[in-house]
Amino acid sequence: MRLFQKKKQKDLPTFWKDYSNQFKDKLPVNINENQFVIFDTETTGFSFDKDRILSIGALKLINKNILVKESFEVYISQTHYNADSAEIHGILKKGKKKCITEVEALEQFLSYIKNHVLVGHHVMFDVAMINQALKRNGLPKLKNQTLDTGLLYKRTLLTTSVLQKKEQYSLDDLAEKFSISKKDRHTALGDTYITVIAFLGILDKLKPKNLGDLINKQKPLKFGL
Amino acid sequence: MKNTISERVADFLKNFPPFNILEENQLQKLSYEVSIIYKENNSIIFTENEEPHEYFYVVHKGAIALAKKDTTSVLDICDEGDIFGLRPLMAKENYKLEAKAHEETILYAIPIKEFKPIALENKRVGDFLIESFASNTRNPYSIKHSGKLYGISNHTETNPENKLLDLQPVRYSTNLVTCTESTKIKMVANTMTINNVGCILVVKNELPVGIITDKDIRNKIFTGLVPIGGTAKEVMTSPVITYPRELTITQAQMAMMKSNISHLCLTEDGTPETPAVGILSKHDVMVAIGNNPAVLMRAIKRCRSTKRLRSIRHGVMNLLRGYLDENIPIRLVSKIISELNDATIKQVIKIVIKNMDTEPPVRFAWLTMGSQGRAEQLLNTDQDNAILFEDVPKNKQKETTDYFLKLGSMITKELNTIGYEYCPAEMMASNPLWCHSLSEWKEVTTHWITNPGPDEVLLSSIFFDYNVTYGDKKLTDELSKHIFASVEKHPLFLTHLAGGALQNPSPTGFFRDFLVEQDGAHKDFFDLKLRALMPLIDAARVLILSHSVKSINNTAERFEKLAELEPQNKEFYLACSYASKALLKFRTIQGLQHNDSGRFIALDKLNKEEKIKLKRTFKTIKEIQELLQVRFQIKNILG
Repeated sequence: MRLFQKKKQKDLPTFWKDYSNQFKDKLPVNINENQFVIFDTETTGFSFDKDRILSIGALKLINKNILVKESFEVYISQTHYNADSAEIHGILKKGKKKCITEVEALEQFLSYIKNHVLVGHHVMFDVAMINQALKRNGLPKLKNQTLDTGLLYKRTLLTTSVLQKKEQYSLDDLAEKFSISKKDRHTALGDTYITVIAFLGILDKLKPKNLGDLINKQKPLKFGL
Repeated sequence: MKNTISERVADFLKNFPPFNILEENQLQKLSYEVSIIYKENNSIIFTENEEPHEYFYVVHKGAIALAKKDTTSVLDICDEGDIFGLRPLMAKENYKLEAKAHEETILYAIPIKEFKPIALENKRVGDFLIESFASNTRNPYSIKHSGKLYGISNHTETNPENKLLDLQPVRYSTNLVTCTESTKIKMVANTMTINNVGCILVVKNELPVGIITDKDIRNKIFTGLVPIGGTAKEVMTSPVITYPRELTITQAQMAMMKSNISHLCLTEDGTPETPAVGILSKHDVMVAIGNNPAVLMRAIKRCRSTKRLRSIRHGVMNLLRGYLDENIPIRLVSKIISELNDATIKQVIKIVIKNMDTEPPVRFAWLTMGSQGRAEQLLNTDQDNAILFEDVPKNKQKETTDYFLKLGSMITKELNTIGYEYCPAEMMASNPLWCHSLSEWKEVTTHWITNPGPDEVLLSSIFFDYNVTYGDKKLTDELSKHIFASVEKHPLFLTHLAGGALQNPSPTGFFRDFLVEQDGAHKDFFDLKLRALMPLIDAARVLILSHSVKSINNTAERFEKLAELEPQNKEFYLACSYASKALLKFRTIQGLQHNDSGRFIALDKLNKEEKIKLKRTFKTIKEIQELLQVRFQIKNILG
């Protein structure tokens, strides 16, 4: 079994090896020295086996700066298609957008994200979707650390029994709280933009000491009121 | 090249000059090169004498204060859509001012490398820049770009050593209110009333031929000089005194004094031979100078948009700063500022109601709670508010609640726009828990009073300081009556409320040293609100409730009333009143200095005198807590 895995490693394409090799370097401890990749996927639905990724949008945050031209946006040509969710996202099977294959999209995405921390709203869903796509193409799972703005936002709220907290806060809730325009909602890059502004607002409120501290803040308080 | 984000940037920029005159493809190209930058409150974008960046900046959200380094007087505030930091780049010189985030801000940084060729290529952009640099204004064209070039912001000559409040641009009536010579006087008066202006311009072939002010109507019609059925031509003052639009505030003041008039007509080239572009009134000049509460009050009441209210609030803050500099008694200051705050919220509510599809179905009252309700909110802090509406038949209940919830969310949103942060505990009228009919509120308050757990005590301590900002006072009087009756029936509630007042952590430790926060975002800071102000506020509330005194919300005033009611403790209560005023002033000064709520104090930044002042109030705090303990027999409930 072990032998088999080793052999499999060797067969992996160069782009995966390049991606994987970057994890030999440690991430900077200081938050502002880190690059964060904020991303979002639009999918045909919520099933990990049946549904597919329609598009991926991502932005890079470097020292509280976002370079517009450095943003990432790909549309993936579909073999599987679910009419219900296409209505939400407005991406038709053969829309005007230029589409690329799933494996091309993954290759570009991996070379974009490198070893940076991935940030998303309910990020584990998007990570799982990408991992499924990687699996379909015979590739291992993503290796990046992740930050969920949904969990982090909860930590910015008061710890008082007077405030009734919701179980989950949607991206719409966050957009309202941080007064972010909901333009381009339900496009991958549009949602990414809302997420990044919310993420910056959350960072300002939490004031984490370093990257490790920030990652730990996703866990709920142990000794809440 | 473009993507979803660059389109979003372009969509924003196209509303503001000079980007509104760019060609579509130029704008797309430029937007693609933009960096989006997030600046937290008080962070510096560039400082005086710094070498120019590769970018200039446009404010997307928030506000940027431009000032001379190490001074507190702000020379200019850049709001949404304003450009700053461009001139040094074009002139290749160092920055002359310091730019600092005045609140949480998002900037678009536009690379000069990409912008310069466009400025050279597109003549209109070039003209805009030359004009804006020459007239020393940020934006020589109107913000409301309605096709005509109305409303030019003016600046006086720069003299950075002075407190140049009049450096702010004057905004004057960009919507010209006009009539013709043959307009009937009744019509003229109606038009002036509807537009809420004190003067109307009489035009002929678009050229100004005369002006009618309130004074003209008084002097010529009521004296019988002109019959009431007369026309504008008979009443107007003619010829009109006109000035060019590049007028500075000082020049405007001089012109008004010279001709003894209160309105100036600005025309394209300054002569009556060209069309009028705006009217500048004495009032506009006063607003720009911003040091007069009556003027600010009138400006607030005239406001039609919340965006404009936001900039008036900057004026209110300037006024506050001036008062504190001049050491005017804090009681007077808080009265004036609270009145202005109150008027602002009232105006916001008026604007929102006007924008609702239908009128409110029944009578209602907008309650402000917490510090605002106590008229102790000098700085912009969180909003705490609630809605109370008249009882309706059961079948209308849901519909009515929905209406007021919608109204509540729209008002809280607009309040947020003008600078009141959302309440972190969601104590706002947009929350179903804070938007009730009268009988529902009676139920809720009865529940709090009869089951005084820690939450109920906390909630009632916030709610019971309510004050009617808008709407029907009779509704709240009825609720107050109900609350006092319930408290009388359940005296144990007061014991719990007093117990709650003692829960606040103590300001000093055993050795009379300050106790600071142990961890969190404010580690090593002294929490002035929780450790010093709250104990006094809570004590005043429970004591005044125990005397069933209505309608005094302000903590200092409550203590003064208590001094009257209990002559044996007069000296002590007056000391409490003094302490609460001193602490409020202290907090406000700290907040203005650091451009925040003033709640958390860095002790190492205080001088000895300030520390002594603070400690003096702590003794009073300790004594009032002891009084509560004895009077309400707190030991019995705490164990």
